Amino acid sequence: MSQGREDRMQLRVNGRSYDYAGSPAKRLSDVLRDDLGLTGTKVGCNAGDCGACTVLLDGKQVCSCLTAVAQASGREVTTVEGLAVNNTLSGLQRAFHRHGAAQCGICTPGMLVAAADLLSKNKQPSADQVKDALGGVLCRCTGYQKIIEAILDAAQAELPPSPAVGSAIGARAPKVDGLPKLTGEERYGADSIPAHALWLRVLRSPYHHASFEVGDLAAFAAAHPGIARVLSARDVPSNGFGIYPHIKDQPVLAAGKVNFRGEAVLALVGTRAAVEAVSDAEVPIAFKELPAVMGIAAAAAPGAALVQADKPGNVLLDGWVRKGKAAAAFAACAAVAEAEFETGFVEHAYIEPEAGWAERIGDRLEIHVTTQTPYMDRDEMAVVMKLKREQIRIVPTACGGGFGGKLDLSVQPLIGVAAWLLGKPVACIYTRPESMASSTKRHPSRISIKSGCDASGKLIAIETAADFDTGAYASWGPTVATRVPIHASGPYFVPHVTARGRAFFTHCHPSGAFRGFGVPQGAIAHEAMMDELADKIGMDRLAFRSVNALKAGDATATGQVLTHSAGLPQCLDALKPHWDAALAACAAYNKTAKTKRRGTGIGCMWYGIGNTALSNPSTMRIGLSAKGELTLYNGAVDIGQGSNTILTQIAADALGLPMDQFRIVMGDTDLTADAGKTSASRQTFVSGKAVEIAGRDLRAKLLGLLEAGADAALTLEGSLIKARDAQGEHQYDLAWLPSRHGHDALLGEGSFDPPTSPQDADGQGVPYATYAFAAQMAVVEVDCELGTVKVLEIVAAHDVGKAINPIQVEGQIHGGTIQGLGLALMEEYLPGRTENLHDYLIPTIGDMPNMKCILIEDAEPLGPSGAKGVGEPGLIPTAPAILGAIQHATGVRMRQVPVLPHRLRAAIKQAQE
Amino acid sequence: MPTYLRPTRQSEALAALAQGKFTVLAGGTDYYPARVGKPLSDDILDISAIEALRGVREEADHWRIGATTTWSDLIAAALPPLFDGLKLAAREIGGVQIQNAGSIAGNLCNASPAADGVPPLLTLDARVEIADAKGSSTVALADFILGNRKTLLRQDQLLTAILVPKSAHPERSHFAKLGAREYLVVSIAMVAATLQIEAGQVRAARIAVGSCSPVARRLPLAEAALAGKPCTGSLGEFLREDHFAALSPIDDVRASAEYRLDAALTLAKRVLNQLGAQT
Ligand SMILES: Cc1cc2nc3c(=O)[nH]c(=O)nc-3n(C[C@H](O)[C@H](O)[C@H](O)COP(=O)(O)OP(=O)(O)OC[C@H]3O[C@@H](n4cnc5c(N)ncnc54)[C@H](O)[C@@H]3O)c2cc1C
Ligand code: FES
Ligand code: FES
Repeated sequence: MSQGREDRMQLRVNGRSYDYAGSPAKRLSDVLRDDLGLTGTKVGCNAGDCGACTVLLDGKQVCSCLTAVAQASGREVTTVEGLAVNNTLSGLQRAFHRHGAAQCGICTPGMLVAAADLLSKNKQPSADQVKDALGGVLCRCTGYQKIIEAILDAAQAELPPSPAVGSAIGARAPKVDGLPKLTGEERYGADSIPAHALWLRVLRSPYHHASFEVGDLAAFAAAHPGIARVLSARDVPSNGFGIYPHIKDQPVLAAGKVNFRGEAVLALVGTRAAVEAVSDAEVPIAFKELPAVMGIAAAAAPGAALVQADKPGNVLLDGWVRKGKAAAAFAACAAVAEAEFETGFVEHAYIEPEAGWAERIGDRLEIHVTTQTPYMDRDEMAVVMKLKREQIRIVPTACGGGFGGKLDLSVQPLIGVAAWLLGKPVACIYTRPESMASSTKRHPSRISIKSGCDASGKLIAIETAADFDTGAYASWGPTVATRVPIHASGPYFVPHVTARGRAFFTHCHPSGAFRGFGVPQGAIAHEAMMDELADKIGMDRLAFRSVNALKAGDATATGQVLTHSAGLPQCLDALKPHWDAALAACAAYNKTAKTKRRGTGIGCMWYGIGNTALSNPSTMRIGLSAKGELTLYNGAVDIGQGSNTILTQIAADALGLPMDQFRIVMGDTDLTADAGKTSASRQTFVSGKAVEIAGRDLRAKLLGLLEAGADAALTLEGSLIKARDAQGEHQYDLAWLPSRHGHDALLGEGSFDPPTSPQDADGQGVPYATYAFAAQMAVVEVDCELGTVKVLEIVAAHDVGKAINPIQVEGQIHGGTIQGLGLALMEEYLPGRTENLHDYLIPTIGDMPNMKCILIEDAEPLGPSGAKGVGEPGLIPTAPAILGAIQHATGVRMRQVPVLPHRLRAAIKQAQE
Repeated sequence: MPTYLRPTRQSEALAALAQGKFTVLAGGTDYYPARVGKPLSDDILDISAIEALRGVREEADHWRIGATTTWSDLIAAALPPLFDGLKLAAREIGGVQIQNAGSIAGNLCNASPAADGVPPLLTLDARVEIADAKGSSTVALADFILGNRKTLLRQDQLLTAILVPKSAHPERSHFAKLGAREYLVVSIAMVAATLQIEAGQVRAARIAVGSCSPVARRLPLAEAALAGKPCTGSLGEFLREDHFAALSPIDDVRASAEYRLDAALTLAKRVLNQLGAQT
């Protein structure tokens, strides 16, 4: 019988033996990562829910977070690090690379290991067998389709060649940073914490609203060996942060009062063992629960208690767009439709929880963290720390998914303050419940909308008001309340529009940025109107949208005349054959079906790229050293969407050198220039343009040096740069050049700030330089007796301007689509009740419909090679299309999402009565 | 640091339980999720190294499912059609990782109202074998689980096996689970049934519903109503709402109480139609 407290045991991992001494009950995942240094195995939940920690035990997949290390001793453990043999990637890994099956890559180790288990038993599995084998691994980025395609192709996958010089743009190039994601070498927020770092654990409010008193923290720390310090509000130099420069309303650590469940109150700092051993109940803190304002109705009620004392009516912002005279115009309409819609909180559920570590170096603070926005983090940290910007360095780690949720500060100020005060590196990794309780969410909404058209189907007027629950602090609430009215009439030409967006404070976690900034909620409303008006005047739902689709030459609701790249009509045309076929197929199916009925729905969207009516510049640099090293200094964080690859493609073609000669420095605020944040689908359009200019700048400098013609073909061989043009070959040895720019001898630089103009009091103006457009259709099967919905098929037609890399574009559409499916059918975050990934459900591989992407390229003259953005657009029309399909199948229009089975069943029953 | 015992023999495990307070650990798939972000402070008795507790064996008048038998072990075992329902439930437990680690006995001891193993085993008239240092006894599964997370087990006892009686008559069984997504989902409701068929008629039926009461329950009224009915693809039509009166579902984040009842009736009809249609 093995027995022990501090047991010693031998572990066999990836064919190697390791000695382990420690608790036999320790999770195998923690032992692999912390004791053996094998950080390829990821931890997303510690509860079996995400599968990121999947390893093989004697060849069978298990969750290493649920496996006591004692149970692994004497058995063979295989982790992602063991899949490549002798540094040669397995066929499976190569297939993942070729198919773009890893986006952020945080789920990839689990996916690969689960797939390896399957392939070891079944060399040629079917798609359904792949789904069964991978059902326990969640991916929040890819929509799973490319993962399945890769696994089915594992037998013959070769690595593709790098695109030839001058043909990088448009190529299906694999990710330039893809391989480390497949071998387990990639370092995310929790993967490179120095061994001697102290740990920080946050104590959070168990109440939505409470006052509290803190006891003697120094005495508490003294009584707990290993606890170095307990931080409270008093320790934070400037205890307020927030997205907007003039709204720093969220405390780093609450001061005497908490305004949401999960709000940070105290931070325990000490050895990891010490902070983890303390139970919450031991900490001297006394809460007194207070009545909470929950939900929009409560916040907006006359005389409601104020969440923030200086915000009358609990209103954060009231945004308007007014064009024409909507109220009066309804009288002239042949058909009018009117309804109210409701959506709830939605959690980002990135598989990588917030994590990072900070270190004080002299009078500077360095923070290594998973983030979407290093430069905003830097500026916000300077405010919190009362330091100069130059004193803060943010070094982004790889980011295991963001979707808007890693645009706000999380661990940064906590570890920053602690590291500054203690003079030692301090690390923090959120648990999954902590991540879910404290991070931002999609804004819940209540939207009322009225729209009318003439007898030919032409839209005449739309009047809409959207109220949002912005939670306890502002975060991105103002962005949502301004973006939504602009988009509220949909991607259609409407002469008369009145649109209002209001955000209300409540005692909930802050609502923030989430893929689409409120536009997905608005689209549910305007698309339902389109369906209803089409039905009323007896027109096909797609044809109705074609009649009204915005096109070049039309003015939007803000009076902006679109001059180029408004490709919705082409998207609808491309969808038409699929639409007609699906309608016919559904009709045929429903003829004989009894309990299950099929339906087809359509959703359209438009989306302004970049910040709303605000400057939103990006600067990119490309350096060439005297040794001939070519470096892309890229301040834009790749959160899995592929900007490292896309920017390299653009840079390569602008400069005229091959992609594989570039190395990338990403996001480090000491080494790159500010490229703005990875949000609002802006990096391809804005940073892409900047890098195109930078590439051309460096090319011009090189051609000058070489005295070669503008169309010369360049090659870089070691420190020799060569050009071939009509005159012959020119060459120059870069070694002759002094290093004038740090590491580099030559530097190309480019900046781009998309032209916009401020909106007036009626919201009129040019809020965005360009818009993406899309039309998507969904086919669903509804089990009318159970109220369950299975999405069978999605066809998505997107006007992306130019697909710089079709694999990445498809990946964004797939990923956005499946998040839209989650919004429509299953995702609903209830504060305090769904703080884990089994009560909060996101789609699994089994929920994935068959997805087809159609790429429309209506070039945007401002963008790099005509490109716009595609990060968010896939999500926006998905829920509307699914809701329309449910109605088509059942006759029931669902006005609240998610359409949980019990809600749909109740509606169907009601309709039958 | 707490104690961790990993005996290889049942007798050692029972001796340890007689002496101290231990938390029993089998596959850990319920144990670890209950401790996210919390210290692992329990004294643990890990029973996974006791070879004798693992596997499915045929004995004279029953089948014996050892306590550490995993869901995957069960799926892989060659078993008569009587076990089809339990195997279907096994395939719907979490994902493959959970099936590879989680034990059927752990599912019963954890006593969640949503435990997918309970309804099929109830319809198999399963008994559980409970042992302590002094000896062992068996008790009907229906009497073993007392409530939400409550069983008969004392601190000094182990559940050592699940016993499924053999029947003199051929039986068939089926199972259906309803969740709000595919894979990795806590059941909103699930239904298991077994039928004994004689000359085209139902000789005896057993039906159990889970996730609709603190402990999954058999439906004696429904079972009585089905006896003697012709075995066809519309067997489920003999079920009526009042057969489900024994259930007491609740509203939670997954579904409303009203819906649960409604869905349980639908699932039960489908399960019986499916069983009735089998030839
Ligand atoms: C992601 C995920 C998905 C899941 N999906 C499902 C699902 O779909 N359906 C479902 O029903 N369950 C599900 N579960 C729950 C769980 O997997 C099952 O209940 C499993 O069968 C428990 O077995 P185990 O061996 O892992 O138990 P353990 O976690 O080891 O133990 C569970 C409990 O039983 C006690 N115990 C275990 N064995 C014995 C014994 N022989 N004698 C005395 N006490 C004992 C333990 O002390 C503990 O209290 C899921 C769990 C996870 C993490
Ligand atoms: S970390 Fe193990 S399943 Fe999520
Ligand atoms: S690639 Fe799967 S979670 Fe990001």
